[in-house]
Amino acid sequence: MPRIRVIIAKPGLDGHDRGAKVIARALRDAGMEVIYMGLRQTAEGIVSAALQEDADVIGLSILSGAHMHICPRLMQLLHEKGLDDVLVVVGGIIPDVDIPKLQEMGVRGIFLPGTPMQEIIRFIGANVRPRLERV
Amino acid sequence: MAAAMKGAARTERQRWEREVLEPAIEKSPERPVPFTTISGRPVERLYSPEDLEALDYSRDLNHPGLYPYTRGIHPSGYRGKLWTMRQFAGFGTPEETNERYKALLNAGGTGLSVAFDLPTLMGRDPDHELSLGEVGKCGVSIVSLADMERLFDGISLGGITTSMTINSPAAMIFAMYLVVAEKQGADWRTLSGTIQNDILKEFIAQKEYIYPPRESMRLITDIFTFCAREVPRWNTVSVSGYHIREAGSTALQELAFTLRDGIEYVQYGIDAGLDVDDFAPRLSFFFNSHSDFFEEIAKFRAARKLWAEVMRERFGARDERSWKLRFHTQTAGVSLTAQQPYNNVVRTAIQALAAVLGGTNSLHTNSLDEALALPTEQAATLALRTQQVIAHESGVTNVVDPLGGSYFLERLTLDMERGAKEYFSTIDGMGGMVAAIERGYPQREIAEASYTFQQAVEKREKVIVGVNAFAQKDDPLPPILYIDDSTAEIQLRRLEELRRTRNGDAVVASLDNLRETARGTGNTMDALLNCVRAYATVGEMCDALREVWGEYEEVPLI
Repeated sequence: MPRIRVIIAKPGLDGHDRGAKVIARALRDAGMEVIYMGLRQTAEGIVSAALQEDADVIGLSILSGAHMHICPRLMQLLHEKGLDDVLVVVGGIIPDVDIPKLQEMGVRGIFLPGTPMQEIIRFIGANVRPRLERV
Repeated sequence: MAAAMKGAARTERQRWEREVLEPAIEKSPERPVPFTTISGRPVERLYSPEDLEALDYSRDLNHPGLYPYTRGIHPSGYRGKLWTMRQFAGFGTPEETNERYKALLNAGGTGLSVAFDLPTLMGRDPDHELSLGEVGKCGVSIVSLADMERLFDGISLGGITTSMTINSPAAMIFAMYLVVAEKQGADWRTLSGTIQNDILKEFIAQKEYIYPPRESMRLITDIFTFCAREVPRWNTVSVSGYHIREAGSTALQELAFTLRDGIEYVQYGIDAGLDVDDFAPRLSFFFNSHSDFFEEIAKFRAARKLWAEVMRERFGARDERSWKLRFHTQTAGVSLTAQQPYNNVVRTAIQALAAVLGGTNSLHTNSLDEALALPTEQAATLALRTQQVIAHESGVTNVVDPLGGSYFLERLTLDMERGAKEYFSTIDGMGGMVAAIERGYPQREIAEASYTFQQAVEKREKVIVGVNAFAQKDDPLPPILYIDDSTAEIQLRRLEELRRTRNGDAVVASLDNLRETARGTGNTMDALLNCVRAYATVGEMCDALREVWGEYEEVPLI
């Protein structure tokens, strides 16, 4: 079975990358193939990397409060490129009121501070659609 | 004789271990957990006089107010002046933040501390594509001098001290502050406050850099020169360990990298032709206070001692003010939990107490809701009250360095000092901190420590109450401050109006002059003051220098 390919990126202007780096390493240690894009990525850049790398998962780390601007743009671009089956997960400081809105636009996993890494690994394992099943 | 006594003490200790301790442990075993600090440093079960055989009171500690200041820089500790209770705040429009400042000053706060939003911190105007969704979210949005005038409306800059957490665009924001003070009629020579202006820790930890390291250092040495001449009481760099710790470093790494950054700034100042005593007294420090009580206190005490020695011995400073490490402390944001957020009040109180027992000169206590959002006014007030309880009810301010002489604390302080010196020599061996950063050395060390800690949490070797132990469903949650997008709309409208109404030719000329100065060797602060007076925006000034110096991009590593 092919390894799960995950893109981890920090969109927006914020530079606090501790969480993104820790989770990138944990996913790699869990046997996934991790492409860590680093800081200040745009939605366009992330989607184009997902296409190029044939990613199964996109993980975003957003702490700054910009998620309600970044996520809609990213989901729209994924849809335009026919990448609706890519699993999108977001980690960071997300107010409760925004969670249903993010879910509605197709963000599947939303992980708040203090989430165990194992829980994120399990979630991705259970929800990713393996590449072989894709067209 | 002395040696014989030491020998006798050791024999006594061994006898205690054999005859008292071992039978006790046999009957009631110690808990099967690693006895380590939060940084992973192993600690013994007991410290006694043998652990301090190498300690020399006058050399290693000395009375407070005397070199090497391990016990404090003030001879009377907090009996004279308490620490400055300085609460970091900023959000939304300049007017909204201005109101919060007035509330904090009315509640007994004694200094201001400005939090800027990410576009301002990154030198971008609100209409830049990367500013989307970020305007006014993590701090106040400052676009031009007009916003700075709104921010301090009704607050006399001559009568307070202001700390501004700004790094890459520090010179631009500082220039705005100076022009506002000038317009209020305040004398620059008596103005007091701090700009963080610590670019090295941005490359190492917080990643809010714009220009490459060496060009960034030019801006800083220009500020040294400018302030020595014009604003002599201004603290030009707040050399910061806070962000290094938040990024996941150990306490020792925070101490060592921060002081080594300080060494780098001093060296660059000297290389720029300044006398060390003309600028070193205006360097201050900024540390984190985390949850491991004794390790933190040892860190603060070791920092003072190390800095005094570095300044006197390494740089030959003769002015005692250059030897004295003054520092601000903020409790550890990273220790706050989104789960059971009321527990954060307790964490913050313990961390604040450690900072006070370590002799901090100024303190920010975090609010209980900060793992969820920016703090509400109510939460921010409780955080300030925490400091006031320590100051006025706990009794710890009655005695200078009340934990001095503790076997454990003194041993830990010595160990911290030794560990930091080892890091200094490693970094010296690489050619200094700028060179070490270019090789990714401190970045890698921190990433490693942060991953190790996270694994310890996952394995529950490190317990976080309410998160990986004692968790419960349906935690009671405090009310949350929700910042909407109205700030962005207001700031965008104002920006448009500003561009329409200001003298465009003056702006263009001032920016041309800035580029010219950056290409040459003139002082960029003088050029920036002209830009500010012409109402050039933060983004325009930063872009002008981007054109000359380029932008830094890090190699992402995990």
